[in-house]
Amino acid sequence: MAAVELRGVTKAWGETRAVDNISFRVEPGHLVALLGPSGCGKSTTLRLIAGLEEASDGVIRIADRDVTHAPPAGRGIAMVFQNYALFPHLTVAENIIFGLRVRALDKAERDARLKEAATILGLGKLLDRKPSQLSGGQQQRVALGRAIVARAPVCLMDEPLSNLDAQLRVEMRREIRDLQRRLGITMVYVTHDQVEAMTMADQVILMREGKIEQDGSPADLYERPETIFVARFVGAPPMNVTPLAGLAGAEAAWPAPPDGLPRERAALGVRAEHLDIVEGGLPADIVAVEYLGGETLVEASLGSHRVIARRPGKIAARQGERIGLHVPEGAAHWFDMSNGRRLSGPA
Amino acid sequence: MTAYQRATVHGWLLLLPAMSCLALFTHWPAVASIIDSFYSTPRPRRPSRFIGLDNYEAMIADPIFWRALVNNFWFAVGTIPLSIGLAILMAIWVNDRIKGQSLVRMAYFTPTILPMIAVANIWLFFFTPQYGLIEQVVQLFGGNATNWLGSGDTALFAVIVVAVWKEAGFFMIFYLAALQGISPSLGEAAAIEGASRWYYFRRVLFPLLMPTTLFVLINAMINAFRMVDHIVVMTKGGPDNATILLLYYIYQVGFSFWDTAYAATLTCVLLALLAIIAFVQYGWLERRIHYR
Ligand SMILES: Nc1ncnc2c1ncn2[C@@H]1O[C@H](COP(=O)(O)OP(=O)(O)OP(=O)(O)O)[C@@H](O)[C@H]1O
Ligand SMILES: [Mg+2]
Repeated sequence: MAAVELRGVTKAWGETRAVDNISFRVEPGHLVALLGPSGCGKSTTLRLIAGLEEASDGVIRIADRDVTHAPPAGRGIAMVFQNYALFPHLTVAENIIFGLRVRALDKAERDARLKEAATILGLGKLLDRKPSQLSGGQQQRVALGRAIVARAPVCLMDEPLSNLDAQLRVEMRREIRDLQRRLGITMVYVTHDQVEAMTMADQVILMREGKIEQDGSPADLYERPETIFVARFVGAPPMNVTPLAGLAGAEAAWPAPPDGLPRERAALGVRAEHLDIVEGGLPADIVAVEYLGGETLVEASLGSHRVIARRPGKIAARQGERIGLHVPEGAAHWFDMSNGRRLSGPA
Repeated sequence: MTAYQRATVHGWLLLLPAMSCLALFTHWPAVASIIDSFYSTPRPRRPSRFIGLDNYEAMIADPIFWRALVNNFWFAVGTIPLSIGLAILMAIWVNDRIKGQSLVRMAYFTPTILPMIAVANIWLFFFTPQYGLIEQVVQLFGGNATNWLGSGDTALFAVIVVAVWKEAGFFMIFYLAALQGISPSLGEAAAIEGASRWYYFRRVLFPLLMPTTLFVLINAMINAFRMVDHIVVMTKGGPDNATILLLYYIYQVGFSFWDTAYAATLTCVLLALLAIIAFVQYGWLERRIHYR
């Protein structure tokens, strides 16, 4: 078991700072998800940990050892690349045991690990194929296999499931998670899919433009988003964040901002499932109704703003209808519009 | 005429200039050489007549022919692996992100754009006894004076060096193009697995470069039998036929001795050799090479 720790790590290419002074710690045996929109620096962070990029500044520690300047092979890591990086001239089996051959493991051990990985990943029938004869999802599983057989204490994954179909993805998520727990691997898992991050990770690090927006448990990110960006990124549908300024009638119907936050700077955040539809609430017009079976999403316009309410079951509401929206005590998250940061809200 | 017929006629008309040139200057001379090799050389008072295999018998008895063949063999052995090896090395070196990359690329490629005659003249100066660059360096370190081009022991070696110098840069371009098509993440994956650079080269890069190597190999083989410009400038096949190559011998027989029938016979041997090389390489090697 090994911890991974970054302190003040920066990676700059000329003027662009792909990763800008980030610090975080992954406890041994934990799975941390690096989450964020495209181009926010997730892959770069992972490559810094792997040693494929040299940090411009800061310290990287793996298993309490400073590896900032260590070569990739000296860091005790395995990695799954975003583009798989399979060797096109080698068979699936040869690809998987490539690293074991490099380390000159004996044949019995190699075969045993290959067999185990092939079983876990369902690659048994494909071992003699070349990568070009595999589908994208199968290639991805081969790349996973190469990381599994390495038995490294730290495993880095760059969007390893992005090419799988929905069902296989759910299965593989569970497989990866099980394997990671069973072998006690510390895992850094890059994804831009928030469902993947929320369901798999012990800890989620949400990045934006090279900086960390929030670092916490999945529940933290969902229940106590530190910024408007986090609130809008995590959860589907995203949290409703509405500036109070110019919202006619809100003074009476909705909670007032906390002391010290003037009305014109305040934004009220409320999760869709907490937004009530009641008689005498803040009047809004229904724009769209989406019936999902177990629940219904009601999208309504409040002046120029759109909000979504999620109600259980099927509700009788039609487009164009006028409804009243109510925010219960304790469901309001308050953000300061001037810096996008959280002020207070449900604990 | 239907549109289809018209398109067909247009197609053939477009092909015609290139095809007639090819037939006139390549196919016909090859066929003519084969025919001529069965006739005697026409002399003012004795027109050429059919003599069967006499020319070939004379050739087998000709020690200079054998000398040229053996020299050509050593020339090929000396130039091909060396120039390909150098080309791969230079390509890998230039492909890495190094400072002044384009300058280095240019420098390696320069020998290729120079005409062979110019290259030969430059090297003629390098090899000059006493004043030449090589001799000056050798003397600086107190070595013995050598007449590189004038001595039968070193002359072939000297022309091999020139050929390698000329060819390696050209082959490098092909390897460079192939290397740029290989994803850098392969190297990164290997590095994470702890593979040394040599291991990565041996197990990954070199196999992936095999298609290029086949192509380069065929070119190098053909060049080994085709390159004579620098022999003309530097040694004229001498001293004492130490650097005579097959094509140069054909040139000598045909245009110095004017024994055209015998030159045609030698040409047939050269054609046969090249055909065998191409056949072996495309037929046999190609099947053993991985293509993506
Ligand atoms: N070699 C490089 N040179 C210059 N800029 C780079 C380089 N590699 C990445 N960047 C920049 O760094 C930023 C972060 O890139 P990165 O690949 O880490 O994004 P990402 O979060 O992995 O995105 P995605 O989800 O699309 O994979 C991007 O703006 C990118 O343009
Ligand atoms: Mg990425």
